[in-house]
Amino acid sequence: MKQLLGFIRKEFRHIFRDPRTMIILFGIPIVQLLLFGYVITTEIKDARIAILDKSHDEVTREITHKLLSSGYFKLDAMLDNEGQIDNIFRQGNVKEVVVFQDDFGKRLKRDGQANVQVIADASDPNTAQLLSNYTNAIVQDYLQKKFVNYKIPLEIKPQVRMLFNESLVGAFMYVPGTMALILIIISAMMTSITIVREKEMGTMEILLVSPLKSHHIIIGKVTPYLILSVINAVTIVILGNLVFGVPVRGSLILLMFVVILYIMLALSLGILISTIAASQFSAMFVSIMALMLPTMLLSGFIYPIDNMPVVLQVLSNIMPARWFIEAVKAVMLKGVGAGYIWKQLLIMAGMTIFFLGISVKKFKLRLE
Amino acid sequence: MMISVGNIEKSYGEVKALRGVSLEVKEGELFGLIGPDGAGKTSLIRILVTLLKPDVGSATVNELDVVKDFRKLRNQIGYMPGRFSLYPDLTVEENMTFFATVFGTTIEENYHLVKDIYQQIEPFKERLAGRLSGGMKQKLALSCALIHAPKVLVLDEPTTGVDAVSRKEFWEMLKRLQKMGITILVSTPYMDEANLCDRVALIQDGKILTIDTPEKVTQSFGHKLWAIRSDNMYLCIRHLREHSESDSVFAFGEYLHVTWKDQDMQADEMEKYLSDLGHTNVEVKRTEPGIEDVFMDLMQKHDN
Amino acid sequence: MENEDIVIRVRDLVKKFGQFVADDHLSFDVYKGEIFGFLGANGAGKTTAIRMLCGLLEPTSGELTVAGLDGFKQREAIKRRIGYMSQKFSLYEDLTVNENIRLFAGIYGIPTRIRKEKTEELLEKLELTSARKKLVRDLPLGWKQKLAFSLAIIHDPSIVFLDEPSGGVDPVTRRRFWDLIYEAAHEGITVFVTTHYMDEAEYCDRVAIMSAGKIVALDTPEALKKEWDATSMDGVFLKLARSNE
Repeated sequence: MKQLLGFIRKEFRHIFRDPRTMIILFGIPIVQLLLFGYVITTEIKDARIAILDKSHDEVTREITHKLLSSGYFKLDAMLDNEGQIDNIFRQGNVKEVVVFQDDFGKRLKRDGQANVQVIADASDPNTAQLLSNYTNAIVQDYLQKKFVNYKIPLEIKPQVRMLFNESLVGAFMYVPGTMALILIIISAMMTSITIVREKEMGTMEILLVSPLKSHHIIIGKVTPYLILSVINAVTIVILGNLVFGVPVRGSLILLMFVVILYIMLALSLGILISTIAASQFSAMFVSIMALMLPTMLLSGFIYPIDNMPVVLQVLSNIMPARWFIEAVKAVMLKGVGAGYIWKQLLIMAGMTIFFLGISVKKFKLRLE
Repeated sequence: MMISVGNIEKSYGEVKALRGVSLEVKEGELFGLIGPDGAGKTSLIRILVTLLKPDVGSATVNELDVVKDFRKLRNQIGYMPGRFSLYPDLTVEENMTFFATVFGTTIEENYHLVKDIYQQIEPFKERLAGRLSGGMKQKLALSCALIHAPKVLVLDEPTTGVDAVSRKEFWEMLKRLQKMGITILVSTPYMDEANLCDRVALIQDGKILTIDTPEKVTQSFGHKLWAIRSDNMYLCIRHLREHSESDSVFAFGEYLHVTWKDQDMQADEMEKYLSDLGHTNVEVKRTEPGIEDVFMDLMQKHDN
Repeated sequence: MENEDIVIRVRDLVKKFGQFVADDHLSFDVYKGEIFGFLGANGAGKTTAIRMLCGLLEPTSGELTVAGLDGFKQREAIKRRIGYMSQKFSLYEDLTVNENIRLFAGIYGIPTRIRKEKTEELLEKLELTSARKKLVRDLPLGWKQKLAFSLAIIHDPSIVFLDEPSGGVDPVTRRRFWDLIYEAAHEGITVFVTTHYMDEAEYCDRVAIMSAGKIVALDTPEALKKEWDATSMDGVFLKLARSNE
């Protein structure tokens, strides 16, 4: 035990004395969160839209006004007929066209139903998705406030994801994703690098010749990063809440449990990489190629899984981050309990045991 | 026997690093493993400190098998690898404390062992190990290797790349440790360091050329050795090699070391030969062979 | 020696980095065809001095002539008149012997028409003709060393700088390597050896020993050994170090 504590203390010293490690550990998470939170989501600011209002009544005018005053949309043109829609998209001036059917207000009051058609430029599927979600939500919001006493569903199916995101902040989707990315970088990349560094420096030779057992070395190496990663995850949640107003609707304890499980999974991947990589450079390379990029591209973080080709959808199943993001979203945004995310938890736990098993087996007690 | 090596072979893929090595080191001995880069020194040492397994053969250290009893053995060996293998971002003291803790001991417990060496670097104990001079790094590494009071100290090329002053100090430290009863196995590419050991094994190309005390090794040189020089060393080498009776001609610092097939070859004969070929300031004298002469001689015998 | 035989002429050469004086008024001459050893512990100012001699660094003050060229104004020209070899980085391990030769011949601007002829000549001399298609990484260390040296002088430079050329190799290989160096010197190439292996210094015609930015000794190994009453250059170095403390 004393040996292990000595080892962990040494590991903390390595971390706190290396400015580069400190920047990666604490600078990058914050910058990345702000970057994803602000830069990526502000694409939705002042998106140019066109409106085809066949009704021209009070309701459509009010909805139009709501859309344009939301700050998300900017009117490019009022259209006169459907023939213009195709053209205006081709010109590339607008991202979305909103079409109100004729007698919109009358139908709404009479039948409890009116149709608004949202046509988005899907050449950029993410933006299109976001725009249509925003439009839906604004229309919903208007209806709820205007017709408090009515129970009138609109004939538009809102996106499930946006259902839980009334305030329409894009950062909601990016906080879990950023957490998934940062935790995998810190946990997997940093642990693999720090273990491989000992191999490169030759200190591993001395550690191996000492009475330390391999689990001492592994636990000693991993513990500081586990602690720091948890701190990081908490920082991200707090920052997401303070800066972007992302709520934690579910149990905080459950959320931390999900986070710690995911960190352990990432750490076991880090150890696995360290048993394969011979140099710090290759450890970094493998971490980025095998973990960071797939996490960004295939986990549903940036590109919705539903929009992927089938092959990639299947592939996304083996991305730890996919299950993590699903679980975190469920706990943070939907506020569900453990019973709703048992599948995700089970998959992550299974992956952790699997990778840990391989890496302990592969971790060498000798030099070959 | 403190160390006993029996017919060890070791290959890395196609490359044969050790081709049947056997040797024994007695308790309390300062034993030198002498050979150039790539001779197999590091492989043999890594097998002895349980870092590698031999392909063929076996070895014991303090009666413990290096493969089967490697756990027990790791407590008893002090090992200093070839490269500086401490943490450059930890201070001198932190390095010492860390290695003491890893071996389940404290600096205080075995302070008497490292006192001599550690006292020299103690004034700098707050300094990061990476900022120490070469000689001081070495002292720190040696202190760390000794902190758990090992029975055997194994050092892989501790003096490579170290300046002459630090090298001399280092050997003096080893001698003192030997007096405290620690058995020491040290490898080096410097032939001249052989004379500082009790016994040496000359190793080349994965094979032991000879094992004996340094004196007996040099006595085993079976030829008369001549030191020869002239103003033009290049032509001197060529002309002597062209001589039908010359056996080996090698540059040795400012002289050439020459042996003859005919042991009765006389100095004036050699002088005349060179002078006739236009050499000036010719000097010919008898000289005593060193470890390096023996090494080269044995190397060539093995090659044939 | 005659004046025209001086290949490197150094007078009161100083190099400062800010307040730090790396080289403090160095003065020495190196003659044509000489094997000149340049010794000193790490941090003694050796590396800085050699960088100036190679035209890689501009001196702060003093005079420097290398192969008849000015060490302040003609640094680019100096680079073309010298060769350089360090044991570690001279050859491309993942190229074949042939490819390495062609590459270096190209770098040093050997005309294409004599390149082929030069390559054959070199392969024959090094007894590498049968190994020409082998990757350099598969060659024994001794062969690599000889190849690296031969490539460093492929453009017939006035001076070749060798950085710890023979440390660590077996004694026979080392002798064979020194045979090559002697031959190059015999053919008129000045050989400038920097090393902290004292036994390498024994092979030099003259050696300069640097300490704390200054040259503290310069003579033949024999004279130095006599002066310091030592049997080897190692001993000279030890006593010098002690006297400077």
